[in-house]
Amino acid sequence: MNLCTDQLAMMVAGEGQLLSVSNMASDPRSSAMVSRAAAYLTNHGLAEEIYLMQPDLVLAGNFSAQATVDMLRRLGIPVAVFNQAYTLEDVRDRLTQMGDVLKQQDQAAMLVAQYDAQLATYREDVTLRPRAALYYANGYTAGDKTLAGQILTTAGLFNIATEAGFNADGIIPMEILVMAQPDTVITSRPYPGASRSEEVNAHPAIEALRRTRPDAALTSSDWVCGTPFVLQAISDMVDLRRALQANTP
Amino acid sequence: MTRLGLFLSAFVAVLFMTALVIGPANIGVAQSLKALVAGGEGPMTLVMREIRLPRALLAMMIGAALGLAGAAMQGYLRNPLADPGLIGVSGSAALGAVLAIQTGLAAAFAFGLPLAALAGAVIGVFLVMALAGPRGSSLTLILAGIAISALAAAFTSLVLNLSPNPFAANEIVFWMMGSLADRSMTHVWIALPLIVLGSIMLLSLSRGLDALTLGEDAAAAMGIGLGRMRLTLIFGTAAVIGASTAVAGAIGFVGLVVPHLLRPLVGARPGRLLWASAFGGAAMVLAADIAVRVILPTRDLKLGVVTALVGAPLFLHLIYRTRRDAV
Repeated sequence: MNLCTDQLAMMVAGEGQLLSVSNMASDPRSSAMVSRAAAYLTNHGLAEEIYLMQPDLVLAGNFSAQATVDMLRRLGIPVAVFNQAYTLEDVRDRLTQMGDVLKQQDQAAMLVAQYDAQLATYREDVTLRPRAALYYANGYTAGDKTLAGQILTTAGLFNIATEAGFNADGIIPMEILVMAQPDTVITSRPYPGASRSEEVNAHPAIEALRRTRPDAALTSSDWVCGTPFVLQAISDMVDLRRALQANTP
Repeated sequence: MTRLGLFLSAFVAVLFMTALVIGPANIGVAQSLKALVAGGEGPMTLVMREIRLPRALLAMMIGAALGLAGAAMQGYLRNPLADPGLIGVSGSAALGAVLAIQTGLAAAFAFGLPLAALAGAVIGVFLVMALAGPRGSSLTLILAGIAISALAAAFTSLVLNLSPNPFAANEIVFWMMGSLADRSMTHVWIALPLIVLGSIMLLSLSRGLDALTLGEDAAAAMGIGLGRMRLTLIFGTAAVIGASTAVAGAIGFVGLVVPHLLRPLVGARPGRLLWASAFGGAAMVLAADIAVRVILPTRDLKLGVVTALVGAPLFLHLIYRTRRDAV
């Protein structure tokens, strides 16, 4: 009943072990496993529908609605709660935890090994780090204590949010962002239907920053959850870094 | 009168400069003004020209628009409680703007957004004036305003909640409270024409409003067409409030506080109060926008919060006085 546990479960679970995933798992904007999610029943994270499925175990995130989790427990259904991943290390731990919970330790261990091996290939020494800024709707940015911040740093980019004093998520004033003179601004992919919150990404000051830089980078569903898909995000960012470095001799 | 004018324009000028040199990025006063005027490459010019200048300009324009609309409505209705925010005009303008954004009208052509807000505001003013009547009591006016505000707010929330965009629902608070954060010159250009047009219409009411203090019959005898005045007021108010709300959300109480403070200084003549309130409103919104940036620079405190904190106690005081006068 949580986007991230859904994806971890789909990776780790054995044949017939997983019954239903949340509707978020089929949303191409958030989920990296849309096609695989189609093979399962869809739930909307509501206690009533989940209870009627009579599962042996419910997998929830620590940001899932607490009232729903409590009610399912009252109804006698065990709920395993997974904390949100804030670091690249957390991804391994969540995979292992999912393996333990679903009694698929071997499958989880294999995924962890693959993950570690691939992650190691990205950890090369970068002497010249291009300056990058994460800039989401409403002016949110992410510092080094977040998954997105770690993706940037691992890919050899310098996150200007750390320079501005952000550790976790926070709103960075546009003025600070402009004064920091990032080499690239990474924004989120806009949702359908307009919103004022996303307008900041089209602000003339941000456009001016982008004008002379390579194509604006966008975060995708690979960034959302602490799953091995973050490797894809890192790889995209490595490509961006190479493009930036090719552009500025 | 000229002394007051000089004082108010100097006050607005000082606040405007202050708004330009205050911001989260630490730039020296001399440096920032040099970057603004001289230009040049570099981030400082970008900050000054694309972020701070539009914000200060909008604060000034919108403040003037709100003050002017408040003074005009109070003069015409001869009721000190008439404020575009309180009587639901801003709320219905916000509904028009939200509809324009969600239906894509705002993206389709440049003036889609302010014109839709204008349409919303016209409906709002028209409903209030129809419900309260030209000589309606304060009570009827405020009650009509509450009903229209509530209805407009409900529809605004409904539209934003139905939007497929997950951020839209969070913006309800922007439309209710107003903010000038991260606006750009684009917003200045789409709001300016309607604000100028509406202000000219409202300022043209000056003579009529003065005559109206003598009573409707006397005004009619002096050759003032009341029907035309009413139409000018409705469309003038709707134009300035519509354009302001479209870019900055509903900012309340400015049109209430400013005319109230300035009325004794202009000898209680509603005609003169019009231009004085325009300057006063500009000063108030500039000051409020400086306050939100000084108090909580990184949190985007809404402008309407500050204006309501100043305005609501005064509103209570006015209600109390109206009641005392009635008995």
